[in-house]
Amino acid sequence: MKTAERERIAQGFKEKMDYDQILNCMRCGFCLPSCPTYIESGMDESQSPRGRIAMMKAVVDGEMEPDEDVKRSLDLCLGCRACEPVCPSGVKYGHLLEQARDIINQNKKQSLPEKAVRGIVFNNLFPHQNRMVAATNLLGFYQRSGLQKVARKSGIMNFFPESLSTMEKVLPSVPTKKELKNRPNHLPALKRQKKKVAFFSGCLMDTMFMKTNDATMKLLQYAGCEIVIPDTQNCCGALHGHSGEREKSKEMAKRNIQAFEDVGADYIITNAGGCGAFLVDYDYLLKDDINWSERAKEFSAKIKDITSILVELDFANENLTLDEQIVTYQDSCHLKNGQKTFMEPRKLLQSINGVTYIEMKDASRCCGSAGIYNIVESEMSMEILDYKMDQAKKTRAKTIVTANPGCLLQMKLGIEREGLSGTMRAVHIVDFLLEAYEKDHR
Amino acid sequence: MLEEHLKKKLQSIVGEENYQDSKTSLLSYSYDATPGFQSLPDAVISPRNKHEVADIVKLCNQHNIPIVPRGSGTNLSAGTTPLYGGIVLLMKHFNKILEIDEENLTVRTQPGVITQTIIEAVEEKGFFYPPDPSSMKISQIGGNINENSGGLRGLKYGVTRDYVMGLEVVLPNGEIIKTGGKLAKDVAGYDLTRLFVGSEGTLGIVTEATLKLIPKPETKKTMLVLYQNLDAAAKSVSAIIANRIIPATLEFLDQPTLKAVEDFAQIGLPTDVKAVLIIEQDGPIEIVEQDMDRIAKICKENQAIEVTLAKSSEDAEALTTARRAALSALARLRPTTILEDATVPRSEIAKMVSAIEEIARRNQVTICTFGHAGDGNLHPTCLTDIRDKQEMERVEKAFEEIFHKAIELGGTITGEHGVGAMKLPYLHLKVGEAGIDLMRNIKLAFDPNSIMNPGKVFTDINRKRVVVQK
Repeated sequence: MKTAERERIAQGFKEKMDYDQILNCMRCGFCLPSCPTYIESGMDESQSPRGRIAMMKAVVDGEMEPDEDVKRSLDLCLGCRACEPVCPSGVKYGHLLEQARDIINQNKKQSLPEKAVRGIVFNNLFPHQNRMVAATNLLGFYQRSGLQKVARKSGIMNFFPESLSTMEKVLPSVPTKKELKNRPNHLPALKRQKKKVAFFSGCLMDTMFMKTNDATMKLLQYAGCEIVIPDTQNCCGALHGHSGEREKSKEMAKRNIQAFEDVGADYIITNAGGCGAFLVDYDYLLKDDINWSERAKEFSAKIKDITSILVELDFANENLTLDEQIVTYQDSCHLKNGQKTFMEPRKLLQSINGVTYIEMKDASRCCGSAGIYNIVESEMSMEILDYKMDQAKKTRAKTIVTANPGCLLQMKLGIEREGLSGTMRAVHIVDFLLEAYEKDHR
Repeated sequence: MLEEHLKKKLQSIVGEENYQDSKTSLLSYSYDATPGFQSLPDAVISPRNKHEVADIVKLCNQHNIPIVPRGSGTNLSAGTTPLYGGIVLLMKHFNKILEIDEENLTVRTQPGVITQTIIEAVEEKGFFYPPDPSSMKISQIGGNINENSGGLRGLKYGVTRDYVMGLEVVLPNGEIIKTGGKLAKDVAGYDLTRLFVGSEGTLGIVTEATLKLIPKPETKKTMLVLYQNLDAAAKSVSAIIANRIIPATLEFLDQPTLKAVEDFAQIGLPTDVKAVLIIEQDGPIEIVEQDMDRIAKICKENQAIEVTLAKSSEDAEALTTARRAALSALARLRPTTILEDATVPRSEIAKMVSAIEEIARRNQVTICTFGHAGDGNLHPTCLTDIRDKQEMERVEKAFEEIFHKAIELGGTITGEHGVGAMKLPYLHLKVGEAGIDLMRNIKLAFDPNSIMNPGKVFTDINRKRVVVQK
């Protein structure tokens, strides 16, 4: 990093970091045992929440320059926020991390390729659902045309990092062009109606994981929900927010608030922990914008995870049946730490006949997926994944259930890496629940 | 930074990967859990075995480089803040439990093992290691030994000191000695084991410890008692002890602390009462039940408004876990949280509680009080803002008055957190000038060059930075 960049970043820290929040950390260290990177790095304080906050403070205080090492330490943070629920002082670490990353990103000169990739991903792809559809179509073409076979056979995948080439194998078979085109925007309850909900369909979820979205809506219908799916909604902006593109994420938040505010829904339902935690935080994101802060508050208050509403509507007492199997659950960090939803998925799983639920050790520790972390910080991510798979294997589970697409792909990756694809599978909780419901209601 | 030739030598001892001196590393080891103390070391070193420790110490002794041994950095007296720079010595490679000896009831461990890991490992075999500082999920046993940590169970079971039977220590001259052992009786010479326990890293570096175990109590019950009056709660504590009952735990929390803790833990603690006691008893079931009945009766006689027994072990665990979070939870309320651990004889607890209230009022500062009331060890915690100079002066004055009051009541300036750098101006109150002289002479006999954790415990071993430059 050049001196001028460092100075700009330091200035940004002084002006924009929430210093009261930084001071709120009293350095007791209660966060340390919860931090995956602290543990994996062999208890390196500079890879801990306490260490990272100390660095932020030192930069604001002018005691330290924001050099490459500081950036490195912040980059290596998974952003899993496992430190938040265990922090007795209530430090909002996630907010501090987002602020710091945003300041560094806005003031750091990026290499041309990095700039190009970020530009495409953050500005041209995710905010535009039609382009997400097009990209998914491209992937569909790749998977169905025989190109995938050729690519795998040719050995070209060997040129990619190991995690990326394995990742290519575990991507779901994406829906066809036709399927992607005809998305519903209103669905009736299939039982006595109990609630009217709006469904946040998400960008990746409504393309690459469309089947899971369909399953979510079916479950909602079965549970007695009328569903509206506003078609003016867009990506939640989490990817942007976590990667130092705060302004962009604000724009996207505003569009979503607008899309949902007049539909008259009791709740806004999500099925991806990562999106949900960001949506629930819109009130913080827009707190300084007088035109939007109140509207954001109303929006955030309505966000609810699918597992949470299913439990509320007593879905656990439906007849749910599957073949005899051991099942374990991997928490989505943001569902647990951001939305405080962790009992609900377990309750639902335990209510399925035939399912023996065995909790794996450290089920709430991050799996290492963390957005695009498993691609950009592959080495640390794989170390974390190895630990996770060791714990999963000990339960002898046939099925690992998750509640977020990133975690799902990472678990699939783990299964593939361990060579267990014949005996173990990973599924999203809604797909699993739908399977259990329909088996008994055919 | 250390001079290049010293850096090279140290790297050749521990390997380059165990020598860190990047800015981020130095910053990350410049503090512990004590507010207001921070100072950069010159290098952070992680030796892999005792011989490497000895080599490092010899080199530092020769070149007058300070050494600060550090565990997880959770101490509350600035004991591991490298005030004079030098080397922070991490014990992360010393992370194994070496042996659980079921015949001699001992556990032999390396110092870098997390306290809770030891507790769990021995409980799996039906044994009990009682010292349980609030940071036990984070703290390393080496840190507990160096600080002589206490905890919630101190009242009945004592503190770390009472469980350390033997140590292996690297002395400041590089010699490696063993003290004590798996012996119930041992009067061969001075009790060096006890001397090292609580020496705050000023005498040597512990590289192995043999700890005493006791049989795990059969059962445990936990009770929550509510009061509308601080004084009544404090008097109950004295009354329980005076009735010859020694509970395993007897914790006190005042209303502001309760509110902060409930805000964090959300386990349904009452926030509309002035104080609570959390009381635990363990042992054979009949005795536990009998004790708990008697305690409930005593509390009611002393104006308790409600007595409830925890229904399950999970509920009980939630209560004690919430109590352990008290200090950090108080940090929600103001930017800076300064905690003390003045301790008085058990019989004086009620007097101390009301004295603290009075001192806070007189100095116009906010002091919340919680702590191990049963063993007289209170944690008056001042909520303040380090940026407010005037208020900080009043805080300092209030604490000074608290120390004087504790001493007046036959107590001490620190019950379990240690002197470190934080309480060093007040040590003379407790041990007198002659006491300090004696301690200093002992220190110099071990460490004539004062390389071991300088700036702690004693005020006036003035050192100059010889080799080390900022």
